[in-house]
Amino acid sequence: MNALRTLFPVVTVIAVILGIWIAAVVPMNIHLTADQAARQDIAVTPDTPAERKELSGLSLALQNTGIWGMTYTLERPRLPSPHQVGAELWDTVVMKNPTSRRSLVYHAWVTLSATLLGFAIGTTLGILLAVGIVYNRTMDKSVMPWAITSQTIPILALAPMVIVMMGSIGIQGLLPKSIISAYLSFFPVVVGMVKGLRSPDGMQLDLLRTYNANAGQGFWKLRLPASMPYLFASLKIGISAALVGAIVGELPTGARAGFGARMLVGDQYGQPIVTWAALFGAAITAALLVAILSLIERRTLRRMGMAGAAA
Amino acid sequence: MTQDPVISARALDLTFQTNDGPVHALRDVNLDIQKGDFVSFIGPSGCGKTTFLRCIAGLETPTAGQITVNGMSPDEARRARAYGYVFQAAGLYPWRTIGGNIRLPLEIMGFSKAEQRDRVARVLDLVELSGFDKKFPWQLSGGMQQRASIARALAFDADILLMDEPFGALDEIVRDHLNEQLLALWGRTEKTIGFVTHSIPEAVYLSTKIVVMSPRPGRISDVIESPLPRERPLDIRDSPEFIEIAHRVRDGLRAGHQDDAA
Repeated sequence: MNALRTLFPVVTVIAVILGIWIAAVVPMNIHLTADQAARQDIAVTPDTPAERKELSGLSLALQNTGIWGMTYTLERPRLPSPHQVGAELWDTVVMKNPTSRRSLVYHAWVTLSATLLGFAIGTTLGILLAVGIVYNRTMDKSVMPWAITSQTIPILALAPMVIVMMGSIGIQGLLPKSIISAYLSFFPVVVGMVKGLRSPDGMQLDLLRTYNANAGQGFWKLRLPASMPYLFASLKIGISAALVGAIVGELPTGARAGFGARMLVGDQYGQPIVTWAALFGAAITAALLVAILSLIERRTLRRMGMAGAAA
Repeated sequence: MTQDPVISARALDLTFQTNDGPVHALRDVNLDIQKGDFVSFIGPSGCGKTTFLRCIAGLETPTAGQITVNGMSPDEARRARAYGYVFQAAGLYPWRTIGGNIRLPLEIMGFSKAEQRDRVARVLDLVELSGFDKKFPWQLSGGMQQRASIARALAFDADILLMDEPFGALDEIVRDHLNEQLLALWGRTEKTIGFVTHSIPEAVYLSTKIVVMSPRPGRISDVIESPLPRERPLDIRDSPEFIEIAHRVRDGLRAGHQDDAA
């Protein structure tokens, strides 16, 4: 019963999204379909391509209800239908050998490895910066504005420079992408950890003073454990940002592997189904990463006795 | 004088610099507290009773005058861990069990593991929380949490216990019970206790010495040595002596307020 109650809203939302998607396929693809139908001597109104071009997708679709079925099976549709994307995913994830370049699992691993390395770098950097900001007045005043500024620069503008510059000093492959991942993922960790490390109130800090505790004890026994809920919230934002960073890092140099490469290939060779499958692959990967973090969060906080307090 | 006072304040002044100008939190406070005294500080908000307690603890620094704790400056006394401090809220760490919370000062002060275990068991027994050491704070009622925080302050055997309205947030019934327990605990441990409160009955019931304070600037308006015996059943609160002291406290508080109006 409980599972059903949580399942119902999820299923409803998915059904609505699928409904909109399926409905959109017809007007999005109707021009291509009409051209194809005309070539196969199927009657289309209006019958010249020039006239059809004048019409919007919706009105053309309403005049040619007979060819709706064909819009779902185009080889190179403008908008692939759900079952086409599903079939592509099935084919590239399940049917292909995961070590083959045709397998999406292979590409997922290329992106994922850069994501995880970048996430580790970003999280470490974020925590260290947060500790510096909390304990050092100069860093408090100077680091935060730069951290905020860093996030206002469009990553799409920055990514090619990082890749090219690192390439010019001979660093290629995993690390440049990871740097971009780290660049995106350190920020939420800094913000969350600064807030978390500062979350103990005056009374709790005074209590440690009455024990004549030193700064290290204050950090390990009070500030760090108090910051855990904040850290996990940040990590969940950070890991999805890291994945985006790795994909963006694959785009500008025409990388030959990874989700970014698949999206690029689909775009350049007019295979939108490939692009869409890569998009979904990336989304599913991100969801899995966040789910794993949520699981670790629940376990950690329960072990720390904080899950009950939150419930 | 048979003994040097444990806590001694002479012409103590404390002025806070705020954005709205200086605030005289304490002015010309003179007080001696002897070993084994149970001293209550009572007065309206802003009379400096908490500030004075924090001066004793070395958490605030007076701007003028002298204060000694065990013959040392409050800061030296703090470093020597001369006192346990109980705050208004229990302030237990939610990620530590009750036992873990009481162990906190012991870990910081470097007691051995075996010693920690013994002491936790002993103070839990003292506040009647034996068997709760594995529970987390959220599993306990407010009164039990506050008892755990008292146990935490007792764990390292400081001779002085400073309590800042520890029962202020609790209901009357729980409060009565905890007052009784606190007196019993004081009787057994012979600690010197400084106790801040808003409640006249609580102050009179607990104290050997009641310090009545008045606000703006915070100062002592009356010091009452209680004639009540050290053994005090709850129904002592109906005795004529008790009521007489309560009257004197109330008069002291009212006098402070009249000054304020003038």
